[in-house]
Amino acid sequence: MKPSRQKLIQSDGAVSVLVVVLGFLVGTVLVALVGKNPLNMYKALFQALSGYNIDNGRMNVRYIAETLNYSVPFILCGLSMGFAKRVGLFNIGGEGQYIMGMTMAQAIALLGPRIPVLHWMLAMLGAIVIGSLWGGVVGLLKAKYEVSEVVSTIMLNYVALYLSRIICLQLPGATTYKTANFPETALIGNAFFQKITNNSLLNNGIFMMAGSVLVYWFIMEKTSLGYGMRATGFNKDAARASGIPVIKSISISMAISGAFAGLAGGIVALGSFKYGRVLSGMDNYGFDGIAVALVGNCTALGTTLAGLLFGLLKNAQALMQSKQIPKEITFIIQGLIVIFIALRSALKLYQEYLDKKQLQKEVGVK
Amino acid sequence: MVSEYAIEMMNITKTFPGVVANDKVTLQVRHQEIHALLGENGAGKSTLMSILFGSYSADSGLILLDGRPVEIKNPNVATALGIGMVHQHFKLVQNYTVTENIVLGMEPTKGRLLDMKSAREHVARLSSQYALKVDPDSLVEDITVGQQQRVEILKTLYRNANIIIFDEPTAVLTPQEIDELMDILKKLRSEGKTIVLITHKLKEIKEVADRCTVLRRGRCIGTVEVKDVSEQDLAEMMVGRAVKFEIEKPEQQPGRVMLSLKNLQVADQNGTMRVKDVSLDVHEGEIVGIAGVDGNGQSELLGAITGLLPIAGGSVLLDGKPIENLSIRQRIEEGLGYIPEDRKKYGVVGEFTIAENTALKNYYRDAYRKRMGILDYEAMNQEAENLIKQFDIRSAEGAKTTAGSLSGGNQQKVVVAREISLSPKVLVVAQPTRGLDVGAIEYIRKRIIAEREKGRAILLVSFELDEIMNLCDRIATISKGRIVAVNKQNEVTEYDIGLMMAGSKKEAL
Repeated sequence: MKPSRQKLIQSDGAVSVLVVVLGFLVGTVLVALVGKNPLNMYKALFQALSGYNIDNGRMNVRYIAETLNYSVPFILCGLSMGFAKRVGLFNIGGEGQYIMGMTMAQAIALLGPRIPVLHWMLAMLGAIVIGSLWGGVVGLLKAKYEVSEVVSTIMLNYVALYLSRIICLQLPGATTYKTANFPETALIGNAFFQKITNNSLLNNGIFMMAGSVLVYWFIMEKTSLGYGMRATGFNKDAARASGIPVIKSISISMAISGAFAGLAGGIVALGSFKYGRVLSGMDNYGFDGIAVALVGNCTALGTTLAGLLFGLLKNAQALMQSKQIPKEITFIIQGLIVIFIALRSALKLYQEYLDKKQLQKEVGVK
Repeated sequence: MVSEYAIEMMNITKTFPGVVANDKVTLQVRHQEIHALLGENGAGKSTLMSILFGSYSADSGLILLDGRPVEIKNPNVATALGIGMVHQHFKLVQNYTVTENIVLGMEPTKGRLLDMKSAREHVARLSSQYALKVDPDSLVEDITVGQQQRVEILKTLYRNANIIIFDEPTAVLTPQEIDELMDILKKLRSEGKTIVLITHKLKEIKEVADRCTVLRRGRCIGTVEVKDVSEQDLAEMMVGRAVKFEIEKPEQQPGRVMLSLKNLQVADQNGTMRVKDVSLDVHEGEIVGIAGVDGNGQSELLGAITGLLPIAGGSVLLDGKPIENLSIRQRIEEGLGYIPEDRKKYGVVGEFTIAENTALKNYYRDAYRKRMGILDYEAMNQEAENLIKQFDIRSAEGAKTTAGSLSGGNQQKVVVAREISLSPKVLVVAQPTRGLDVGAIEYIRKRIIAEREKGRAILLVSFELDEIMNLCDRIATISKGRIVAVNKQNEVTEYDIGLMMAGSKKEAL
């Protein structure tokens, strides 16, 4: 029994599942403590997951589609964080890269050539390129001049936010909070999805997300580029001594990392909105991506699952409110999950304690 | 004293899941003797001592101190019973002073206030009584490793230890510091302390120990009077078969110059010149050793050759071609192999499998590449399985075992396998047998000699004179960043080199 428990705690995937369960358990207790029925919370979550409303027995596929749509930026920003983390970097700048991607997509949507398909493709490409530049600069500074990526990415988040405001205020029809409507050719909506999901916002972005997950997995696990990056992330000194171009690895990884977040910005801009937004604050997808990657252990599959969970929680918020459950509980559960992830080392300590107890028992028996 | 023995550990058995670490081991240590506990890595020495120190409890068996049965539940009980332990990895607070470290946890107080003055006096008194020279007011981070070890010894003495366990105490020391430690051990014995010395270095046992208990694979092989046995006898008891110390090295004519250092200058990160005007040639089929005390410019010299450090002047030629401005990867492709001193830091990626580690330097080449930069993991695993067989790497899951889970000797074999499999023209080797057990040392040395026979040019840096004398054709002695002299191995004695290492002899012999 003991070795199996040990294996469980050593398996990162199992710990992530455990952590999520713990987060929900504590969340349940909190809901009960404020005098609400926790069952309603789970009803809301179930409805967001399956589209089925237990209370009135009605099915609406739209909820499933919205959960998927919400999870797209979470997953992409999780990939952004995860990619850098695997190379040993802490990219807090997902938010800035996301904002720059969003801004670029909006600009191209409003100013670009209105040719079907090409238009939105150009906008997405722009979002990816600007995101990778915004991240790549950080990688370059880190690799060449040892500038801490944590500090530079945090600062660039604010640069991105205000730069975005300056740019978007110059766009056609800009007021203090929005621009003119996007032309049809720039939108990434999917008529088929809208038809089968009761006009949900689910759009072609989900294909781009799925492609990104594959790209992430492919680069990391299959290519020699990813091999060099993983070696750099695990042991920079050994990688360098073995001739792996560490500086290149770091710069490229930050650029790729930024590309994921930039794409997330582009998808949200042209998939979920009909007009360009002049941001007054951050959307926080970039920051939530940090949690998503940590819960998902920075693997392609894990990050996807964690992103879906975060999308589910976000979509369940409105449903919870309609069932008198404060929607803030979803933030609390997210926060708890992150805290429990951070407590992983405590779990290991607990395991050691159990081992010791077991040992003493064995000795006592003999 | 009631009993003849200070410590008696009778029939100690200790199992871990899947392993019997100690199988009915009996250890009897007399009062005031230095008792060596000898065995290869994994023989159960450390487990036995951890039981004595209370870090583990035995499954069965009995511990007696001076004839009195005791139950040592945890290290605090051990301390109260007068047992102290000097760990291999020191447990010191870097930014505390020597005195603060020693009294930590048992600070003398006056009323409710710390009484550091009397603490300092106490430490100074102990330090002079046992000839443990160390400045009580220095910060631990400012003193040498040898001095830090003395602080650890003082910690046990401050806690009134009568029995002191030393866990591989010389693993981290320079030859000079080892000599000093040997004197300290003798002094402790003459002051009435009982000492258990865990080691796998036979020379040290012959030098200081009175008796020696040998463990092999968790079993007690026997206890001998050290003066009655030779190093060879001890080695055979430890390994279970005859061991060759002197490796046979066929006579061989060196070929043309493969590695040439010309007036090399290297500065460290603070800009201090650490390698000064070093010129040295290494020929095909020749092993040239760099002898010297740690910290005399060896690591900077290695860094300059391998490309880890920039050079400040001079030139490095590999097969006649200057390489000092090439990247690390370009140097590797030119035929430079490197077995680094710190294998955990520079040699292997612990989280990677053996296969990923053996491919670390050539993963991007065609042999492991399919289209579009896709890695051929299958080819990688296959090659690794070959190397595992060829180099006798012991692993749980073959090529897919993570390198971090291997023992030190097997990790080193992974590094050696990788470097040799790349067929380098020049092989730079640093401290290749550091921290390894006798069997692994023998194996690695044989492999290096075999490379020499293949006509590789080998540059060996080692702090162990034995190793240098054993392996090298020519020996360059380095002191304060300068090559003091280059001698043929058969024209120089260890004694001469020792003198040159200390910098006392300036001209070539």
